[in-house]
Amino acid sequence: MNVDKTIFEYSSPGRVGVTLPDLDVPEVGVDTLVGPENLRDDLPLPELSQTDVIRHFTRLSLANYSVDRGFYPLGSCTMKYNPKINEEVASLSGFANMHPFQDDSLAQGTLAAMYATQEYIKGITGFDAVTLQPAAGAQGEYTALMVFKRHHEKIGQGHRRIVIVPDSSHGTNPATATRCGYGIVKIESGQDGRVDLSALADALNDEVAAVMLTNPNTLGLFESEIAEICELVHKAGALIYCDGANMNAVMGWYRPADSGFDAMHLNLHKTFSTPHGGGGPGSGPVAVKDFLAPYLPVPNVALKDKLYYLDYDRPDSIGRVHGCYGNTAIALRACAYILTMGAKGLKEVSDNAVLNANYLLSRLNDAYEVPFDCRCMHEFVASASRQKALGVKALDIAKRLIDFGYHPPTIYFPLIVAEALMIEPTETESIETLDEFIEAMLTIARESQTNPDVLQSAPHNTPVRRLDEATAARKPVLRYVDD
Amino acid sequence: MPYIPNTDDDQRRMLESIGASGIEELFEQIPADVRLQGDLDLPSPMSEIELRRHFANLADKNASTDRFACFLGAGIYDHYIPSTVAAVLGRSEFYTSYTPYQPEISQGTLQSIFEFQTLICQLTGMEVANASLYDGATGVAEAAIMASSVTKRQQWLVSECVNPAYRETLRTYAWATGYELTEAPRDGVASDLSKLKGRIGEETACVIVQNPNFFGSIEDLGEIESMAHEKGALLVVSFDPISLGLLKPPGEYNADIVVGEGQSLGLPMAFGGPLLGLFACKQQYMRQMPGRIVGATTDTEGKPGYVLTLQTREQHIRREKATSNICTNQGLCALAATVYLSTLGKTGLRQVAELCMQKAHYLADQIDGIDGCKLLSNRPFFKEFAIKCPAPVSEINGRLREAGLIGGLDLGRFYPELADCMLLCVTEKRTRDEMDRLAEALKQ
Repeated sequence: MNVDKTIFEYSSPGRVGVTLPDLDVPEVGVDTLVGPENLRDDLPLPELSQTDVIRHFTRLSLANYSVDRGFYPLGSCTMKYNPKINEEVASLSGFANMHPFQDDSLAQGTLAAMYATQEYIKGITGFDAVTLQPAAGAQGEYTALMVFKRHHEKIGQGHRRIVIVPDSSHGTNPATATRCGYGIVKIESGQDGRVDLSALADALNDEVAAVMLTNPNTLGLFESEIAEICELVHKAGALIYCDGANMNAVMGWYRPADSGFDAMHLNLHKTFSTPHGGGGPGSGPVAVKDFLAPYLPVPNVALKDKLYYLDYDRPDSIGRVHGCYGNTAIALRACAYILTMGAKGLKEVSDNAVLNANYLLSRLNDAYEVPFDCRCMHEFVASASRQKALGVKALDIAKRLIDFGYHPPTIYFPLIVAEALMIEPTETESIETLDEFIEAMLTIARESQTNPDVLQSAPHNTPVRRLDEATAARKPVLRYVDD
Repeated sequence: MPYIPNTDDDQRRMLESIGASGIEELFEQIPADVRLQGDLDLPSPMSEIELRRHFANLADKNASTDRFACFLGAGIYDHYIPSTVAAVLGRSEFYTSYTPYQPEISQGTLQSIFEFQTLICQLTGMEVANASLYDGATGVAEAAIMASSVTKRQQWLVSECVNPAYRETLRTYAWATGYELTEAPRDGVASDLSKLKGRIGEETACVIVQNPNFFGSIEDLGEIESMAHEKGALLVVSFDPISLGLLKPPGEYNADIVVGEGQSLGLPMAFGGPLLGLFACKQQYMRQMPGRIVGATTDTEGKPGYVLTLQTREQHIRREKATSNICTNQGLCALAATVYLSTLGKTGLRQVAELCMQKAHYLADQIDGIDGCKLLSNRPFFKEFAIKCPAPVSEINGRLREAGLIGGLDLGRFYPELADCMLLCVTEKRTRDEMDRLAEALKQ
């Protein structure tokens, strides 16, 4: 059985899913109001009853895996539990039904929460100024690099055209740097999976604008020489950016600003528990050191004489990066989360995220190759290289995990580990859940020896089996056509 | 901690398996000299009861549409959201999932995006749409960058009648990417066509206009289309999706890329975010589109299903050669739009558009006769129009507030020559009584 037919196949002329009020002013023909030449002839939208709409989307929802349904160890994505109270407070009508262009004096509630969120982020990261405007992590990276670029222009260093990224970096890092007009130099990771200081030193010169570094990195390892790295970068006159995707590992233990980073972004939808929403909306606030604060996007939320206001008087700003002020309702959720946890709670988050990851690692590193087999932070990268020798790929293991009721780990990244299985349990999972997952992984490791076919043909009990992605890309069908 | 299940005993068992003496030992990778000394500087934790009260107090400090009738628009609109939208978005199968990397267990998200893409094509008259971008403003910037990669030209031309926040975002992106942005002036409340034409050259990658424009007026898209295409530039149109319930869609004007703010389609205003960037283009430019795209395919048993597709455009494959750095879409917001458009459908959306347009014209008529007020809009408009006020806009808006109304946007903020001018918006939610009260307040 299919998940459900498309919404278009439910359409029947004359149906509608909601009633609207009658016109309460004298009616004038629309032709008269705007002229027939400006009107469309046909509006080819579907026509459905409310029952159809609700049943259709309920059926679709049932074909989704989600955090509320089960364990979702998707590495680098921090799929932690999304507290329900955060949804409730962010949806309060006083926040939801607020037009963004009212006078500041009429928006003191939202502005106060935004300001507080900025302050909390400063406290957690150690930086001096924050913008909430970037709508996602990738846009946070982009904003931070623009801030660097503007700074370099201001101090006569506009000739710096290169950004250095390690080969373990997330794909958004190089893509973002290109978007900012920079050329990319990739440096290879050292034997221990961390930045190789001599490779970095060799790559640094007067042309380099910035280094982008994820810490802990995408292998789940803390860059132990981070202070030396930052010093090296600064000596070369360049700036260093922290991709904060993995902040869930170090809250209360380490603040990136203290080790020498100049700027960072946070993913509120990872570390600060806001829902991933099937791919968004996220939120990617950027935090910077004092000397970069003037360049942050306009407007920013500020406080003066007990009045919160949107500060547009920022002559050195890079400008706007969003139509309004960012994904404000997401920031409200993160604010609620931080207020729930407090300093002690956030440290416990990182304690348990790291504990859970190391526990999984300790139980899985016999059955699976772990290229950098040492203590990890909040996640680790295993490899299916042993299973590959038996004809079983990381992809097959991922698909088989679905049969056991789990969302698979990340397998398309990091690129420096062949057949990568990037596993991030988060702190919101219990030992019982982890034990059951471990059992499934061990069973799969055995199956790869005894019954590889069951892996290669997985998943078996899903609404659809493996899908033909090659044909989808070669002959794209990107919308429903009635035929 | 309600969100951390590990007990002391659990922790002890796990540490034993790891072979560590304590949690501290797991953090040995962090050298002492970069470790935080002491605690994070944060307020003491709140219980659910305290948190609920804290946020309720904050929410009460906002002048929301619970207490005021809103005549403010300018890109973010107070449209009605049918109850079906919250019902579907509240399902945690949707909101606690992530980007559908594993299609076998993500068909709900994937199929809804496929339906979203289809609905956006139906609405705009375009051939392909993506899974959405952050918002209308960044969508316009993405369109411009895409136009440059299609045409291999370096200049973007934008009409002054495009939303000022979009133009500011364009300016930021143009500077960062190294493209050149030029603005074409307005003539009253619409683009000055002869000046626009004069600014389109051999290096113009795209002509960017908005319809209805920032002042609510309907632009002469047919004319602008020929000007742009004559010089080999792409036509980028920013649209209001609600207006397309009635107005001729940009696809029928032969637009190349269209972008819209989708907030009107079932999202609360939420002080401006999250929003929803709608993005569609001609089929021939499909492979240069930014953002996620979902395509239909079949599984190993021949059953229909959906996958993320054309991924070789994207950062996780192409890295520095990607068409954009965008990683996700606005997933849940796109779902809201999908449910909204499915609920209203052909009849409902047309009705919403017609209610907006009829009521806006009613209010404009009421105001036009008032002493000291003048309607600046002398061309066809949809749901917004500009007026000259008898007093500074802040003063007028203060007066309106006392009458329980949120007044219009002070146009002088963005167009200094339009001091004392206000942009008013009327949605289907406004009643005759509210509009009469607004007109009454202007008479004082």
